[in-house]
Amino acid sequence: MSAAAIAMGPNGGEVVALESLDLTVGEGEFFGLLGPNGAGKTTTIGILTTRVLPTDGSAFVAGQDVVGAAVSVRQRIGVVPQRPNPDRGLSVIENLVFHAAYFGFSRAESRARAEEILQRLGLGERGESRVDQLSGGQQQRLMIARALIHQPQVIFLDEPTVGLDPQARRALWEILRGLHAEGRTIVMTTHYMEEAEQLCDRVAIVDRGRLLACDPPDVLKKKAPGGTLIELTLDGPAGPALAAARELPDVLSAEAEDSTLRVYHPRGGQAVAPLIAAVQAAGRAVTNIRLAPPSLETLFVSLTGRKLD
Amino acid sequence: MSAPVDQSYPQTGTTLHAPQAPRPVSAARVFWALLMRDAVVVRRELIFFLLRTAMQPLLFTVVFGYLLPRMGFVHRGYTAALLPGVLAVSLALAAVQSVALPMVADFGFTREIEDRLLAPVANWLVALEKVVSGAGQAVIAALFVLPLARLIMGPIPGLSLGHIGLVVLVTVFGAASFSMMGLFLGSVIEGAQIGLLFGIVVAPMIMFGCAYYPWRGLDAVPAMKYAVLLNPLTYVSEGLRAVLIPDQPHMPIPVILIALAAVTALFWRLGLRAFMKRALS
Repeated sequence: MSAAAIAMGPNGGEVVALESLDLTVGEGEFFGLLGPNGAGKTTTIGILTTRVLPTDGSAFVAGQDVVGAAVSVRQRIGVVPQRPNPDRGLSVIENLVFHAAYFGFSRAESRARAEEILQRLGLGERGESRVDQLSGGQQQRLMIARALIHQPQVIFLDEPTVGLDPQARRALWEILRGLHAEGRTIVMTTHYMEEAEQLCDRVAIVDRGRLLACDPPDVLKKKAPGGTLIELTLDGPAGPALAAARELPDVLSAEAEDSTLRVYHPRGGQAVAPLIAAVQAAGRAVTNIRLAPPSLETLFVSLTGRKLD
Repeated sequence: MSAPVDQSYPQTGTTLHAPQAPRPVSAARVFWALLMRDAVVVRRELIFFLLRTAMQPLLFTVVFGYLLPRMGFVHRGYTAALLPGVLAVSLALAAVQSVALPMVADFGFTREIEDRLLAPVANWLVALEKVVSGAGQAVIAALFVLPLARLIMGPIPGLSLGHIGLVVLVTVFGAASFSMMGLFLGSVIEGAQIGLLFGIVVAPMIMFGCAYYPWRGLDAVPAMKYAVLLNPLTYVSEGLRAVLIPDQPHMPIPVILIALAAVTALFWRLGLRAFMKRALS
């Protein structure tokens, strides 16, 4: 991962580049960076939020250079980190009041705003609590409150729902949808397909610091190889079984990688039994089987040859 | 711990928090807000802070400034050499701890410091704020120890506040240089090694910093007399000795001030470089 750039164009559009590839993030867009751990997502967010120095290339947020005008960039962004990192020396509401003070808000003004935001994010009763007394989901919401308190133009979220239970995750999605509906530009990284599909206007698929695809989720899904992915894990190299799999009727495509055999078939469920029989005839036993309907996930697997999680 | 509250959005339907053009804010105002944040935290933990930093010098005062003189093992005039040293140790301990200890957490697993690194101000000002706040805490600790130490030791021959300007100068230099040292140590040390810091850095520094004996007393041990010149605490101890109890033997004041300026410049360079390295990956 060597470079990332986000630049605001003449009408407020922003451009993201990973290595040699550029992307445009429009003002008011909910943009997703989807990739497995180690894809360079956190580094990208780190560079764009002035916390990581790019080794090469240039990067802009809202027209401001993240290296040359870091202070200007900071005035325009709110950041929700991967792990909640509230200031543990301060109470919940003080976290917000002081963060606002760092951005020049007066005490009275920041207090009123903090109370309002806490109320809105369901933390209204927790203002005077110590941050250690909050649950993981509540701490994550506090981080969102902190990212909003100074009314930034662009919000960055780095895997905001990792470690949250499903209920807290859904609640967070609702909050993010609401923020987006208010016209905010949101850049979010995730390694959850469902999250990217549900929330983002556009999704960039990244792996090992490279951009593999970038489109709205439904366009990306159309790019996925047709059919359901049937992924078989075998008890040995999958090569010998590959030819047999390709012989089966209606198979769209098939590939072998180590002991994994991937077959795309328009009617996944019906193809499983003949496929297993064909594999066994080729002298291999099936140790695991997984089916994935056409989705960002099948696209991701076809682009990178590996799973997301 | 309470369960996460299920939350439907929005509750109010307002767009009160819609994005705004950034409001201009001066670096001085951000710096002040950072300082106020530290003030709130310090005020909340003042008792623990004083216990942590003043206990060691005060216990030393009881043994060497009260018990031993009463037993006749040390000369009664020894307290005149000891008091400035005890103040110097208080300054050093408080400054190093109040910067280095929180910083280890700040740069730890979750990087708590990030909300301050996202403040619209250059990172070096965040470091400078840590130093100013640490120096302030050091002065508070010294002001707390001074009357107590004086009370424990009894009247101290030659103690004078006649050179108050120089007293302030040496105190501020000393507090600043040790909080810069704290900035350096806090930035280079990992959480697990924090105990080591006090065992192998702070403890020898305190024992060999001319705090409990005057530098001129080391005429008797020439090798030590020159070795302690490498210890920054030597200049603070000698400096406070020179300005608080001028008739005690001490290093020349200009030498002390030049050395303190050099130590301060050195630790600022080292501390800032280490801090910036951790702040920006």
